[in-house]
Amino acid sequence: MIDFLLSLPAPVLAVLKGVAVIGVIFPVAAACSMAERKVCAWIQCRPGPNRALPPIFAWIPGAWILQRLGVFQLMADGGKFLFKEEPFPDHVNRLYYTLAPVIAMVPAFTTVTVVPFGAYLGRGGQVVPLVLAGVDVGILAVFAVASLGIYSLILAGWASNSKYPFLGGVRASAQLISYELSMLLAVLPVFLWVNEPGAAGSLSLARVVAFQSRPGFWGGAWFAFTMPVSALIFAVALFAETNRQPFDMPESEADLVGGFHTEYGAFKWSLFFVAEYANMIVGSAVFSLLFLGGWNLLPWLPLADLLERLHQASGSALWLHPAVAGAVSVAILLAKILATLFVFMWVRWTVPRFRYDQVMRLGWQKLLPLSIANLVAYAFAIAFLQR
Amino acid sequence: MAVISVQRRPLSLAERTYFPQIAGAMWTTLKHLLGPADTMEYPEQRPAIPPGYRGVPTLVKDPNGREKCVSCQLCEFVCPPKAIRITPGSVPEGAGVDHVEKAPQAFDIDMLRCIYCGLCEEVCPEEAIFLQQQYSMTGYSRAEMVNHKDRLYELGGTLPDRHFKWDVKRAAEARGGGRH
Repeated sequence: MIDFLLSLPAPVLAVLKGVAVIGVIFPVAAACSMAERKVCAWIQCRPGPNRALPPIFAWIPGAWILQRLGVFQLMADGGKFLFKEEPFPDHVNRLYYTLAPVIAMVPAFTTVTVVPFGAYLGRGGQVVPLVLAGVDVGILAVFAVASLGIYSLILAGWASNSKYPFLGGVRASAQLISYELSMLLAVLPVFLWVNEPGAAGSLSLARVVAFQSRPGFWGGAWFAFTMPVSALIFAVALFAETNRQPFDMPESEADLVGGFHTEYGAFKWSLFFVAEYANMIVGSAVFSLLFLGGWNLLPWLPLADLLERLHQASGSALWLHPAVAGAVSVAILLAKILATLFVFMWVRWTVPRFRYDQVMRLGWQKLLPLSIANLVAYAFAIAFLQR
Repeated sequence: MAVISVQRRPLSLAERTYFPQIAGAMWTTLKHLLGPADTMEYPEQRPAIPPGYRGVPTLVKDPNGREKCVSCQLCEFVCPPKAIRITPGSVPEGAGVDHVEKAPQAFDIDMLRCIYCGLCEEVCPEEAIFLQQQYSMTGYSRAEMVNHKDRLYELGGTLPDRHFKWDVKRAAEARGGGRH
């Protein structure tokens, strides 16, 4: 099976891998909307959506668990979005109005290509990352493409030809510019450290994980421990970049009705939300890879060591098989991504929205100087350490 | 009016970063997240109705199975939204309660009009109409939302009686005491 897959022509293989990854991201992004509703409900001491159960599934033992978790509600909502009427307000620019949700999806799914989502042990025991496009630009590609997503919000705000979407679009662009800088500056120390003098330079995310998998006390420590300020700035900027509360300025339903998607409904509206959650998933993945050790289960316990220990403990060589190792690493990274997503939701239902001027002040007057100071401090420290 | 001047001390550095407050708030929400739900899953779980609750108005019978309403129409007159409509009738011959003189031939309460004020219960000299514990009235048409006499008795059932007013009267009449 694996040999057959590997013998396929490279373009076919690339399309297959792409479809497989999107086939995972899209349902997970959709499921996030239900997770969001359930987390919200639990935080507010409610059970949340728990009623939908189609009779054809009712006989399955254990179906009630899915019912209580709202899984069928999610399916019903998805079906509804597909089949309900697509309203076109009279005053919109129809071409751009339709284009905006599509543009929202494209960067959300494009960034996935450069994000490694697992690793396996190749011949000789070296860790080979699983990634759609193992290019060296890595993080640069993520930043470059992810910021394109903001165009969909601006386009939606403009094409809707109405004041609240317009304000939402303007806020989205202002917020992106304010936080993109801090985010980049927060990540720079990581790559300064990873790219040691003498080695070939790389911005690949897999390289960052490999750096967090080295032996020794400082080698095995995750960057969240060695660079807490960077991690913090990156996390805060990530909230702002993905337009999540407390920074959901583009949407802010209390003062802008629905923000950029006020004039949207049905499937186009749901596309915006799948794109938002896909962005969150990619953002969480990047955060986990950069600061939380990627596919290493625990600090100071790299994937190769973990598999070796499992191999020793069980006496089975199965653990070293590439497919098993890949599944283990993907599961570990996925667990970290889901945990980060939960924190996203947890914060959303805890913290009230910042005022627009507070968002701007926080971005320009607090985070940006802090990230610059952080960069300078780490630049000196790294220069001293790697002398 | 007394003026209380509140000392506004400047925020500390930790407070200005928001993080201690956010962490405290997240601890609070986490406790709620893990705690039990405050809500009731309604059709399966029903709330406990306290005594004295003013639910749907009903007609009741006394423990002897006699209908207590004598169609005096006081409730009809007092009803603020005019939800009650009574057609008085005579007591059937040979029922053993001839001395009561009247009983409702028809008794309709339009639940689309009823405001659950309880004035009918308060005004009734016979203690025949009670707002009981049922709080949910549904129907598919306006006609269904009108409670007729049989439905009112079905909802009301029998309530304990302390006076047995008409039995006392009949006993007095039998003793020759006459009506009073």
